[in-house]
Amino acid sequence: MRIDKVLEGDIRSAARLMRDLDDRVPSAIEELKALYPHTGNGYIIGITGNPGAGKSTLVDSLISVYRNASLRVGVVCVDPTSPFSGGAILGDRIRMQRHASDSGVFIRSLATRGQLGGLSRSTFDVASVLDAMGFDRIIIETVGVGQDEIEVMKTAYTSVVVTVPGLGDDIQAIKAGILEIADVLVVNKADREGADRAVRDLFHMLDLRGGVGRQEVEIVKCIATLGTREESGIADVAKAIDSHRGRMGQQEDARRKERAKAHIAELVRGMLADRADATLRAQGGLDGLADGVVRGEQDPYTAAESVLKSL
Amino acid sequence: MSDTQRKRRILVAKPGLDGHDRGAKVVARALADAGHEVVYTGLHQTPTMIATAAVQEAVDAVGLSIMSGAHMTLFPAVIEALKKQGAEDVVVFGGGIIPDEDVVELLANGVAKIFKPGASTQEIGQWVTDNVSVQD
Repeated sequence: MRIDKVLEGDIRSAARLMRDLDDRVPSAIEELKALYPHTGNGYIIGITGNPGAGKSTLVDSLISVYRNASLRVGVVCVDPTSPFSGGAILGDRIRMQRHASDSGVFIRSLATRGQLGGLSRSTFDVASVLDAMGFDRIIIETVGVGQDEIEVMKTAYTSVVVTVPGLGDDIQAIKAGILEIADVLVVNKADREGADRAVRDLFHMLDLRGGVGRQEVEIVKCIATLGTREESGIADVAKAIDSHRGRMGQQEDARRKERAKAHIAELVRGMLADRADATLRAQGGLDGLADGVVRGEQDPYTAAESVLKSL
Repeated sequence: MSDTQRKRRILVAKPGLDGHDRGAKVVARALADAGHEVVYTGLHQTPTMIATAAVQEAVDAVGLSIMSGAHMTLFPAVIEALKKQGAEDVVVFGGGIIPDEDVVELLANGVAKIFKPGASTQEIGQWVTDNVSVQD
C-alpha cells in the first residue's frame, strides 16, 4: 500500500500522493482518510504578506532555524495559476536552494488552480501528508496577497504576516482583513529606511483592531538574506511563533475546533461546486440557459435555481 | 467525488555554471503559457539537486538549459541522479548550444529531445503537450 510507504517516509510515494491529491484523484482522497489518524503532531505555520515582502526568503531563513534545532521541516509554497492559460510558474524553490539537498526538508510547490484566498484547494491536504510523515514544522507560504486573502488563517496554527518598510503611510497593503489574521507581524528588510515607522504604524493599527488586543500580537523586525549577507531578527521571528504557540496552548481545543469547522465548511462548498459543475456538464453546459437569459425569456436567478433543483 | 484534473508538471532547471538564465526563463514562461505547471529552480543546480526537486515536486518531465558546453556530462548525470532516486520514468529534455553529433549521442542515451537555438517557444510548448504524458 502506498500509505504504508508514505508513513515510512518514502519521499517519492508521498510526492505522488500529493500530486494525486492536487489533481483530485478520488482514490487519493481515500488514502488521505487512512492517513488522517496519523496527523496532528506537526505544527503548521502560515506565512503570508505582500508580493515582494520576502516571504520565500523568510521561509528559507526559518528552515535554517528549525534545522539547527534538529527539527524536520515540510514546506508548501503556493503560486498563482494564470486564469488565461491554466499554467503556472512555481518559483519559490529558487529562494530555498541552500536546503535543496537536506533530507530533513521537503519542499512542495502548488499552483492555486483557480482557488481564491491565497492557497490552492489541495494545500491543507498536502500539509496533512507532511504532517502524517512526521515533519515537525510545516510552513505554508501563500501567494503574494492583497487585502483580504485570509484562507491561510484557517489552515495554520500560527499565521505570520510579512510586510516591508515604505509601503505608504497607513501601510496600505495590510488593511483590515490581512492584519486581523496576524498572530505575528514581521517587518522584513528592516535595514531599509522607514522600518521603525512601519513598526509604529502597525502598533497603531493593532490598537484600532477589535477583538484580540495588541499585547497578543508581536511585531518583529528582521532582515532575511538567503544567507548571502548577515541576517538579523530571524531567531526573534521563530521565538514569536513559539510564544504564540505557547499562549494558544490553553485554548488549543477551541482553536482545533474552529479549524475543523472551517475545513469541513470548505470541503462542503468544494464538493457542492463539483456536483454543480458535473450536473451542468451533464445538461450540456450553460449555453442553453444563457441564451434564454439573453433573449429575455428568463432571469439569471430563475436559471440558477433550476440548476440547483436538479442537483 | 469529483473529476480528476491532471495537469502536466515540468521542472525547468539550469545545471552547471552558466551565468544567466534568460533562456530558461523564456522556456518556463512558454510552458506555462501552454497550460503546464512549471517548477523553476534557478541557476547553478547540481544533478542531485535537480533530481531531488523532481521527486519532491512529482514532475512528469525535466527540461534542462545548458549553454556552458558541459552537456555531455550534465545530461547523463541528471538522468543517473533521477535513476538513483527511483524517478527513471521522468522524461528528460533540454536545449542549448549543442553540436549535431552530440545531439545524436544524447538522444541515444535517454534524452527525449534537444531543442537547438532558434526553436520557437510554441514548438517547445507543443512538444511537451504531445510527448510528455501525465503519469498515473
